[in-house]
Amino acid sequence: MTAADDATPILRLRGVTKRFGAVTALDSIDLDVHRGEVVALVGDNGAGKSTLVKILSGVHAKTEGSIEFMGEEVQIDTPSRAIELGISTVFQDLALCENLDVVANLFLGQEVNPWRLNEIEMEVRAWKLLGELAARIPSVREPIASLSGGQRQTVAICRSLLLEPEIIMLDEPTAALGVAQTAEVLNLVERVRDRGHGVILISHNMDDVRAVADRIVVLRLGRNNGTFGPEATHEELVAAITGGADNSVSRRARKSEAVPASAEGGEGA
Amino acid sequence: MSDIQKFDRADTRVRADEGLGGAVRGFVDRMRSGDLGVLPVLLGLILIAIVFSSLNPVFMRPANLTNLLFDAAAVGLISLGVVFVLLLGEIDLSIGSMSGVASAILGVLWVNAGVPWPLALLAALAAGAVTGFVYASLLNRFGMPSFVSTLAGLLALLGLQLYLLGNSGSINLPFQSFPIRFGQTMVMPGWLSYLLAVIPGAAIFAFGLQTRTLRAQANLSVPSMSVLIVKAAGLNAIILLAVWYLNQGRGVPAMFVFFVVIVTGMEYVLTRTQFGRSILAVGGNREAARRAGINVKHIRIYCFMMCSAFAAFGGVLAASRLASASRQAGTGDVNLNAIAAAVIGGTSLFGGRGSAWSALLGVLVIQAISNGLTLLNLSSSLRYMILGAVLAIAVIVDSLARQSRASHGRA
Repeated sequence: MTAADDATPILRLRGVTKRFGAVTALDSIDLDVHRGEVVALVGDNGAGKSTLVKILSGVHAKTEGSIEFMGEEVQIDTPSRAIELGISTVFQDLALCENLDVVANLFLGQEVNPWRLNEIEMEVRAWKLLGELAARIPSVREPIASLSGGQRQTVAICRSLLLEPEIIMLDEPTAALGVAQTAEVLNLVERVRDRGHGVILISHNMDDVRAVADRIVVLRLGRNNGTFGPEATHEELVAAITGGADNSVSRRARKSEAVPASAEGGEGA
Repeated sequence: MSDIQKFDRADTRVRADEGLGGAVRGFVDRMRSGDLGVLPVLLGLILIAIVFSSLNPVFMRPANLTNLLFDAAAVGLISLGVVFVLLLGEIDLSIGSMSGVASAILGVLWVNAGVPWPLALLAALAAGAVTGFVYASLLNRFGMPSFVSTLAGLLALLGLQLYLLGNSGSINLPFQSFPIRFGQTMVMPGWLSYLLAVIPGAAIFAFGLQTRTLRAQANLSVPSMSVLIVKAAGLNAIILLAVWYLNQGRGVPAMFVFFVVIVTGMEYVLTRTQFGRSILAVGGNREAARRAGINVKHIRIYCFMMCSAFAAFGGVLAASRLASASRQAGTGDVNLNAIAAAVIGGTSLFGGRGSAWSALLGVLVIQAISNGLTLLNLSSSLRYMILGAVLAIAVIVDSLARQSRASHGRA
């Protein structure tokens, strides 16, 4: 984290707000993601995590605020725009086509050779990618409908990596996974980070979050509610997420003042 | 080199179905779980042949079968178009009226206005494309269900057909012209029909060999040689037999061969191109397709345009078959026959499942029943009731197979 361009975040959100009619799902959210950084986004149900993911992936349009990608302000108005920019997403509902097989789902929208599909190359790349993930998919020629929840999750994560994105967003990636697969996914998250990509990880599992995150951003009721380092204790995180415990609130106040003042220095400390 | 692990044989939980026995086992598994494929259609065709030929031996005569194939091409083309819309999980109820309008356009431009027939054909296709564009736009802009917009279109297009034909009511097309000969008498020369009959098997064999080589190079498992040979030889034998039988009478209609060629082309589009893959994805999970960056609105526009254009082409062929453009063209059972053919052939009404072949197979069933009932001198009232029942059965089979697939974890 010493290169000069690290100073400019890949993704910078300022004052992003989303309203669904009278409901304010997100209120003035700020978020920075740098190269080679895993930012965990945590919060209780209804905190606005998934809404934020949907805005960044072009599924929903933001109501207010600015999104800068690689230092330039961008409008992410469609999913294909997000993919073009290099923002790849694994959705909580996975967004897979059950009637198509694994290979077809992995390469959906990015097929090799559009007018004469190269099924063999796609199948080989699919196996290699699944191999990297140590994924347990019995056959890539079975329709998604025949796979278990964990297998579908794996397919969805593989899918997001296929495009060599700048940023990959994972919405609850380990919720449905077994122990070994969870470890593999976390390894993979680190591998992606080491390659210089940014990672936004959403999870309810505090152990997973602290294991891989460089920063932990807490959302509460659609607002920023503090930023923590990986050394934060479970109790501190829970306090920030639920809004309880007085001592955590004061500590949060100190942290959120310290972080913007020395954006890079604060992390190393 | 069997110790090198193939990519797709690494997982020991997967039963590797090798050779002929494996192919049979895989087939039985698919049937059990509700992945019926073409089996119901083939059984249906055999049943129809037995029943009707026992009631009237004329049914199985070569000349009658040739006649049947002449009739099948027009409805089949309309059915092929509706497959594209059904794959999206939408429907077009106006294909019959569209075909009627197309035949009226052909008659008015070609006979009344003296425009060369290829231009009149193009005009009819363009009218179809515009109609499809309107349906897709209504769906994209206003979220108007295709069921409603095309129902409105059914009436509007029927009105347009009557308006175009004016007071005369019907326009006779010139008998000696190419379209009419194509629609009524033109059959493949014997040698050419046999030559064409070998192509499908040869193509399956050649592409199968190529796939085997490429997959072996890529370290993937290789489909069995014996299965490939049985498939190719079996297909060749069946087609050759059919062609030989038809050649005992009038021969193989050129119009039907034309239809099969188009079906093959569309099957390629559906299974081997990004466009076809996108259609299946939109039909399977629209939101997933959208998030994968597929432009769902464009896919809808293309599919509805193709559907109406194919309906128009079918209408032109039907006019050629009858040598006239009349008020009756495209009315009555044309609409439902075309949709029923697609469903009977195995295209799901629920979207995401189906193939171009379904139009070919389904139209053979529909035409065979229709033809057989006509030979029995049954009135159209009975014919409609029986065809209605057949459609209902086809949809029930589709629904049951879908539930079974869901419970067996297949798409």
